[in-house]
Amino acid sequence: MSDPDKLKLARQFIEAIPHSRDLGMKLTEMDDGVAVITMPYDKRLIGDPETGVISGGAVSAVMDTCCGAAVMSHPENLGGTATLDLRIDYMRAATPGQAITARATCYHVTRSVAFVRATACDDDSDNPVASATGAFTVEGKV
Amino acid sequence: MKRPEPVQVVKQRRDAALSALVGGVPYIQYLGLTFDRRGDELTGVLPFDEKLIGNPLLPALHGGVTAAFLEATAVITLSWSYLWEDIESGALDFDPSAAPILPRLPKTVDFSVDYLRSGLPRDAYARARINRSGRRYASVHVEGWQDNRDRLFAQATGHFVMPQRR
Repeated sequence: MSDPDKLKLARQFIEAIPHSRDLGMKLTEMDDGVAVITMPYDKRLIGDPETGVISGGAVSAVMDTCCGAAVMSHPENLGGTATLDLRIDYMRAATPGQAITARATCYHVTRSVAFVRATACDDDSDNPVASATGAFTVEGKV
Repeated sequence: MKRPEPVQVVKQRRDAALSALVGGVPYIQYLGLTFDRRGDELTGVLPFDEKLIGNPLLPALHGGVTAAFLEATAVITLSWSYLWEDIESGALDFDPSAAPILPRLPKTVDFSVDYLRSGLPRDAYARARINRSGRRYASVHVEGWQDNRDRLFAQATGHFVMPQRR
């Protein structure tokens, strides 16, 4: 899915998801099992009012969307997908005021399951905020 | 012997504590999540809203919403159980006119969600069970359901670092 038309279509699809749209998620990359999604900082997402750090739940939302996008961009997955299992490790607090960028890789696909890894970063891209591993459904195969 | 406190006083104190705890987190407000309290037992209630949809074709709740809902229920239930003694004794005063200093919430270390069926476009409920809560760490299991208590749509396990008392 490298050509700009397909990326545009995928972007429209992701951005048509009500929850993702509500959180301002933008898909910047989606090709061959890899997806990148950015979510801007928003005061509504704060989990710790004392520091302004965004909630782990908001990080889960962008991770889940990004992992799903990675599965849909994989050439062996023909249809949509749904989350079977998602585990998130929270390594550090995200810096308040900075956008969160999730990058997911769908590293293996079987007839029925897609395996995905993802990381989420703020402006310090060498030092992830969280990492995730998940299993997703594969559709369109018998 | 001291007479027991009037029931209204007890309820009012517990409800004030719960609403201060829940109301202090913008993300919980954003999701529209509320908590039902029966004695010390909490049930998270997530009323359905269009903005919580993740798959418009089915339609189904967003997997991230499900994760966030279960995680918030775990954090609030854990915090509630950790503060319970201080709420009961009156050591923590949640009277809004006194501008209370809210206690820090536990920090999530990891959270693992098991999606059992798709979340339907209707209200969802969740209850957390604290399997272990020590001075520094806690392990919590959460169950989420919609129409039938026995048909979970998701469950999760998470580990948390407890706040230091201040």
